[in-house]
Amino acid sequence: MIVRILGEGQWEVPEDAVASLNTLDDRVEQAVSQGDQAQLTLALSELLDEVRSVGTPVPDDQLADSDLILPDVDSSLSEVEGLLADSSEGLIPG
Amino acid sequence: MAGLFQRMSLIFRAKADKTLDKYEDPRQTLDYSYQRQLELLQKVRRGVADVATSRKRIELQANGLSTQADKLTQQAQKALEVGREDLAREALTRRSGLQQQLTDLQAQHAQLQGEEEKLVRASQRLQAKVDAFRTKKETIKATYSAAEAQSRIGEAFSGISEEMGDVGLAVQRAEDKTLQLQARAGAIDELLASGALDDASGTSKDDITLELEQLASTSDVEDELSRMKASIGQGPSGGTQAIGGGQAPAIESQPTQQAPARARSLEDVERDLQGQPAPYEQQPSQPNAGDLR
Repeated sequence: MIVRILGEGQWEVPEDAVASLNTLDDRVEQAVSQGDQAQLTLALSELLDEVRSVGTPVPDDQLADSDLILPDVDSSLSEVEGLLADSSEGLIPG
Repeated sequence: MAGLFQRMSLIFRAKADKTLDKYEDPRQTLDYSYQRQLELLQKVRRGVADVATSRKRIELQANGLSTQADKLTQQAQKALEVGREDLAREALTRRSGLQQQLTDLQAQHAQLQGEEEKLVRASQRLQAKVDAFRTKKETIKATYSAAEAQSRIGEAFSGISEEMGDVGLAVQRAEDKTLQLQARAGAIDELLASGALDDASGTSKDDITLELEQLASTSDVEDELSRMKASIGQGPSGGTQAIGGGQAPAIESQPTQQAPARARSLEDVERDLQGQPAPYEQQPSQPNAGDLR
C-alpha cells in the first residue's frame, strides 16, 4: 500500500508490514482523541520512522493515490483536526 | 488500519473527484489542472525565496547581536582593568540580555532552515510530478476514447491533486512561520534602531564606552602630568646648577607642594572642555541610563 507522509512524499509499504504499523497507529489515534500533544508527537515520530524503514520511496515522477495519509512529525493537534475538518477550500488546487 | 488517517486520504480524493465532476469533457480538466500545477510550482519557488530571505535577515541580525556581545565582553574587561567593577557588571548584564536574544534567533534560524530544505525538496518533487502529468496528459488526449481514458484521467488527476494538496500545505506552513519570524525580526530591528541595543556598526557610542573613554583620558592626563612633573623636577635642578646654590632648596620644594593642586585644575579644565560634570559624580546614575529592555 502507498502511504504519504505530509511534506515528505510517498512510501510503498508491503502489506505484511502493515500489521506492525497498526499498533503504533492506535497510539496516534488515542493521542488525537485524548488531545494529548506530547503523546501525539511521540507516537507520530515512531510511526513515521517505521514507515520510512519498512517502506521504499515512490519515485518522484510516479503519480499515484495514497491509501493512507500521515501528518508530519511536528503536526499540532489543531492542525490534524483542521485537516480532518475539511473546511479549508483551496487546500487542493485544481 | 487508521480510521483517522484513511479519512484524511479520502478527503484529498473527494476534493479531486469534485473538481473532476465540474467538467463535462475530462480533457478540459487535464488542461485546467496543468495550469494550476504550474501556478503552484511558481508559488512554491516564491515560497523558497521568501524563506531564504528571512533566513538571511536572521543571520545578519544574529551577527549584529554577537558582535555586540563581544564588544560588551571587551568593555567589561577594560572596566575591570581600570578597577570599575560596577561598569563591568553593567556590561555583563547587558551581554546576558543579548545572549538570550541570540539564542532565540539561533533556534529560529535552525527552524527556518528546516522549512527551507523541506520546501526545496517539495518543489523538486512537484516539478517531477508535473512533468509526469504533462506526459500523461498528452498520451491520454491522443488516445482519448470514452471510458478507458476516463479512468486514466481520474488516476493521473487524483495522484497529482494529492501531491498539490500536500505541497500546498507545506507552502502555507512555511508562509505562516516566515510571517511570524518577520514580525520578530522587525521588532529586533526596531530595538537596534532605537539605540537600546546599540548599533553593531559602532557609529554611535553607548554610555559604557563613553565612561571608559573618559576614564582612559583621565589616566592619560595623569600620565602626562606625571611626565611633566618628572621633567619639571629635572629641569629646575639643571637650572639651579647654572644659577647658583642658594635658591635651590626653595625651588625643589615647590613642585611637590603644587603638583596635587595643578592636577586637579587640569582635570577641571578637561571637564569644562567636554562640557560635562565631573565623571565620578555621574557614576551611580549611569549604569541605569541606557535601558536594555
